[in-house]
Amino acid sequence: MASVTDAELKAMNQEERVTALGMRTEQLTGKSLYVEFDTEAADNFTYPWAPDVDFNKRTEVDCDGKTTTEVNRQIRELMAEGYGTIVLQNPRGMHSLGVGILSRLNLIIEGSTGYFAIGLIDGPNVRVTGRVGWSCAENMMAGTVVIEKNAGSTFGAAIRGGDLVCRGSVGSRTGIDQKGGTILVGGDTGALSGFMMQRGRMVVCGNAGKNLGDSMYDGTIYVGGDIKSLGVDAIKAELTDLDKAWLTRKLTQYGLMPDKGVDHFTKVVAGKQLWNYDNLEPNEKKLIL
Amino acid sequence: MCGIAGIIHKGKSSNVGGEMTAMLQALKHRGPDSTGYAVYSKGGAPEECVMRVKVAEAEDRDVGHGVHKLIADRIARVDEILEQHGAVVKSKEAPQEYALRYVLTHEGDTAAMADHIEEDKGTEILSMGNSLELIKDLGDAAVVAGAYGLNEFEGTHGIGHTRMATESDVDIKSAHPYWAFPYNDISVVHNGQITNYWLMRREMERKGHRFMSNCDSELLAVYTAHNLANGVSLEDSLRRSIEEIDGVFTYLVCTKDQLGMAKDTMAAKPLVLYESDDLIVMASEEVAIRAILPQEIDTYDPYDEEVRVWQA
Repeated sequence: MASVTDAELKAMNQEERVTALGMRTEQLTGKSLYVEFDTEAADNFTYPWAPDVDFNKRTEVDCDGKTTTEVNRQIRELMAEGYGTIVLQNPRGMHSLGVGILSRLNLIIEGSTGYFAIGLIDGPNVRVTGRVGWSCAENMMAGTVVIEKNAGSTFGAAIRGGDLVCRGSVGSRTGIDQKGGTILVGGDTGALSGFMMQRGRMVVCGNAGKNLGDSMYDGTIYVGGDIKSLGVDAIKAELTDLDKAWLTRKLTQYGLMPDKGVDHFTKVVAGKQLWNYDNLEPNEKKLIL
Repeated sequence: MCGIAGIIHKGKSSNVGGEMTAMLQALKHRGPDSTGYAVYSKGGAPEECVMRVKVAEAEDRDVGHGVHKLIADRIARVDEILEQHGAVVKSKEAPQEYALRYVLTHEGDTAAMADHIEEDKGTEILSMGNSLELIKDLGDAAVVAGAYGLNEFEGTHGIGHTRMATESDVDIKSAHPYWAFPYNDISVVHNGQITNYWLMRREMERKGHRFMSNCDSELLAVYTAHNLANGVSLEDSLRRSIEEIDGVFTYLVCTKDQLGMAKDTMAAKPLVLYESDDLIVMASEEVAIRAILPQEIDTYDPYDEEVRVWQA
């Protein structure tokens, strides 16, 4: 690794660069590239093709009159030119803005977006000054996303990492299939939030709708207000000092700390009483069934 | 998928036709098959009734050039029935060869007259009312608005629909909005699927209501009409529907001076809402609202089982 210079890396194509950086690649389909990082190379936990951006280099993109594809392509072109702070103006409810950004970037969206905003991201810091539609930050892997106003349903569906924050209220099915990361909601959340949650944490400062945490496998949900009803196999648990410390740190970090602190939060976890939590192997199950 | 949109101005009129066109065109990707409007003005003289009728469907084109004679014959039949029932036709326009707009006065049994007109296969009354203009046809909002001169329509409120045909045909009778036959000035648009449609339809048919299509959304219009005719308020009818109608749905209902919305128990179908002191706008997607309100505004998603009614 040390023998490869930056200039040499830049001259290589993607596959050569991956090999030179000690990473194994495996072509899964015509378009997918599996990347296994070298755990010895602590400094290289960014994708080898990630553009080298400068956060102090800032530019604006006017979305007016452009298609989603054109805007998203322009973001990538600007990142390739080294822009580390990009401001999208006049989004006016456009869908799928800022999806698939897999490296560091400060993305500021001035206004509101439609469906699937900032989905499939892995690393950028995003701020949306308006509202977001359904499925914001779906499958997010890392980074931070902060929504200043409200959000639609399936907010943070299947996220795996990072911090996803909505200062206002969100729709139904928040964090459905959440696999990691943190979802913070300043206001209320709708029905079936945390449905089939598998890992990670969700914090709702306001009220939660019916069937909270239905069929959750694991993970933790904290609710500051009222819970209309718990879902199947979701149970209340003791709020420990560790929980309180974590809540205080996270809520303070994003300016969502309630005036009355965090002692009133209700903690909800999986009861793990559903059939899939027994200790039987599939073959043993067959014998019984 | 389908897209729905609604708008209501409180205490004033506006270019509701143009506003609805801009919103529905922004929702074209949710339903390219047909577009429909139900827009409401302050109405003409109290005794006047606007009747929108279509006398042909896509399948009628199968008769070839004979379709023109077929249409002319059906229109003549409508005129004859109106005369038989003592209706006085004050004006008659044909924005399309097969789509007519009558302004008439009638003092008899309107439901009986409407039934008589619809006895002729292929003829369907799209709407009747003092304030309501219900227009629906194949194509996107720009096409339909252009063909029917809707872009300059001044009114107080309206709802609209862009349809992606899933469970019934691409034709006008399956397009939304649906008029709540035979009650004046009531219309419905819907996004979703009603899973107890046949059960509820049979129940409504046993109570004497007629269905013109196999589209599940028509049930909501008939159901609403039935409730309102039995003295149930619009808000109570919307609440009752969440209990009695099974499936996933978000639907909007307009009366002469109200606009209401209801979301099912799962909140499975989208609706984004903007509300100010004098204007309420709602649509399946924010992009439709932004088509008429590009400035910074606050919007939100109504929750499951939410019912709202606004007064014009």
